Amino acid sequence: MIFSYDLLINAIVSGILIGGFYAAVTCGVSISFGILDIVNIAHPAFIILGSYTAYIVNTTYGFDPILTAIVMLPLFYALGAGIYQVYYVSFEKYGQESLRGLAFFFGILFITEVSLVLYFGVDYRYVDAAYIGPAWHFGLLDIPLRILVPFLVSLLLIAVLQTILTRTFIGRAIMAVSQDQLALRLLGVNPIRIKRIAFGISIATASLAGAFLIIIQPVEPSVGREYIGRVFAICVLGGMGSLPGTVIAAMLIGIVESLTATFYGPSWAPAVSFGFLLLTLAVRPAGLMGR
Amino acid sequence: MRTPVFFALWVGIAAAVLALAFATGNDYVFFAGYVVMQYVVLSTAWNILGGYCGYVNFGSAAFFALGAYSTVAIYKFTSENDLYGLPIPVLMLIGGAVSGVVGFGMGYLTLRLRGAFFAIATLALAVVLQTLVVNWDYVGGSRGAYVVRPEEFAPLGNYIRYLFLIMMLLAVAAITVARMIEHSRLGYGFATIRDDELAAEASGVPTLRLKLIATTISGALMGMAGAPFPYYIGYLQPSSTFGLDYAVNSIAMPLIGGTTSWVGPLIGAVLLGSLQQIATVTISSAVNLLIVGCLLVGFVIVAPNGIVGLVHKYWQRKPDDFVGRRRVETDSPEAVP
Repeated sequence: MIFSYDLLINAIVSGILIGGFYAAVTCGVSISFGILDIVNIAHPAFIILGSYTAYIVNTTYGFDPILTAIVMLPLFYALGAGIYQVYYVSFEKYGQESLRGLAFFFGILFITEVSLVLYFGVDYRYVDAAYIGPAWHFGLLDIPLRILVPFLVSLLLIAVLQTILTRTFIGRAIMAVSQDQLALRLLGVNPIRIKRIAFGISIATASLAGAFLIIIQPVEPSVGREYIGRVFAICVLGGMGSLPGTVIAAMLIGIVESLTATFYGPSWAPAVSFGFLLLTLAVRPAGLMGR
Repeated sequence: MRTPVFFALWVGIAAAVLALAFATGNDYVFFAGYVVMQYVVLSTAWNILGGYCGYVNFGSAAFFALGAYSTVAIYKFTSENDLYGLPIPVLMLIGGAVSGVVGFGMGYLTLRLRGAFFAIATLALAVVLQTLVVNWDYVGGSRGAYVVRPEEFAPLGNYIRYLFLIMMLLAVAAITVARMIEHSRLGYGFATIRDDELAAEASGVPTLRLKLIATTISGALMGMAGAPFPYYIGYLQPSSTFGLDYAVNSIAMPLIGGTTSWVGPLIGAVLLGSLQQIATVTISSAVNLLIVGCLLVGFVIVAPNGIVGLVHKYWQRKPDDFVGRRRVETDSPEAVP
């Protein structure tokens, strides 16, 4: 078999770049599922919502998708906080979050997707920006800017989140809420408020991730479903709620997927993350950097 | 009521429904009825794991599609080699066996962890099985596969009548199995897992074994529901067979009907299934899925025990056998672990 090294190197580099984007997609779930223990399977639907927001603003005003997403952060934060409030009042308060909470998020996923289909149809949508199209060439390497820009902003996003979580009071309280709610209460902090803030932040990241998604590839409402398995695989592999772990796991899955797509064909790529997920669950449920 | 009596009663009801359907003389009734019956089986199967054990399965479509695609594979094999095609009940058993084995494997890998992992794994399972089917040219790949439905089935007339009859019998069997489980040691074991798995494990309930039994039975029933589907639809395509509508319906129907007994999924499936058939004809199929989604969210928030729970609340003197065991409500003011 003829083995092509430049193909291999290109596959690995594009895997790392895509991995950075996957990290941005997953960090919201790392907060909601990993830290807060809320199984928000509707997260990819919010990401698609972010994509469509970027799309609408981009096509009507020609505004940059990433800047749009940053402007939209408060809106997504409010959406997240609102959803958490409903979730808390209806399920968490009564300790019924397992079955009904899951069904609740599944319903939200479904409603979002079908509403988008009804409103926009199932055509693929895309955005325009200066960095979509050109690519940088370094010897063997081809780096398309449409992947490099989301990669860099993703890493920035993760760095900001990590700083918030480890350096600020609210961030530390969020980490604490996953460990001991009673202790937090004794310190005079309302765990429900902290969880609401954390869930708001987790949904806010979907705004940015959605903008990245529509920069990288054209989007239609059901694209989000491909990300469900991927996102949770990365989250579990990364060690549930550890952001550095999430980045490493995301790049790992990005590389493996990219290698699979290059050497076996892109139609096999979706199976990779699931394989990883099952393997992780079977062998090391705590993940790479488990607490 | 003893199980044979219960079974006979429902066979009687099924016969009455069949007679009614024949009386209309309209084949569309059979087409619509088939779908409703299929949902009765799917939601009852989902409820055995989801309602009795409290483990949410988002991959109903995957198990359903496994049954359907095993039929397609066998159909291809028999028609290419000029063999005599297998009768549908046999195909159902094969489809059920395949899905049951996959259900067992899934459960074995994920059920030792917290319930959420199982739910996510089932969701991902659907994506992966779809990937496999799309890449498997023998069963048509992404182009889909054609299955030629025979025109007639001798004594009944149009073939769809035969399919409807078979699906209705499967529905009766599924309900009987569900009720049998509910009133057996197995069912009480399931209930302990749902209410407090740790306590159950501590008091000697073999939780892993029970959960594996539940995933296997549930998966097998879903596969059986899927096996005749290629004959019904004629043209099987991965994206529609693995569609989210099966997953959402098989969750929404039991939750809307009520998850604690066999009645809930039946009520949910018949109500929601008929509503969808009407909405598909009168409005559009996308809107009817939106309706299901909204009903699901509405019911889990407002009526956590479904229609059965609502009825039970307003009519406390219901015969015990009809409603089954009631779920013990934990009424803690704040969820502080």
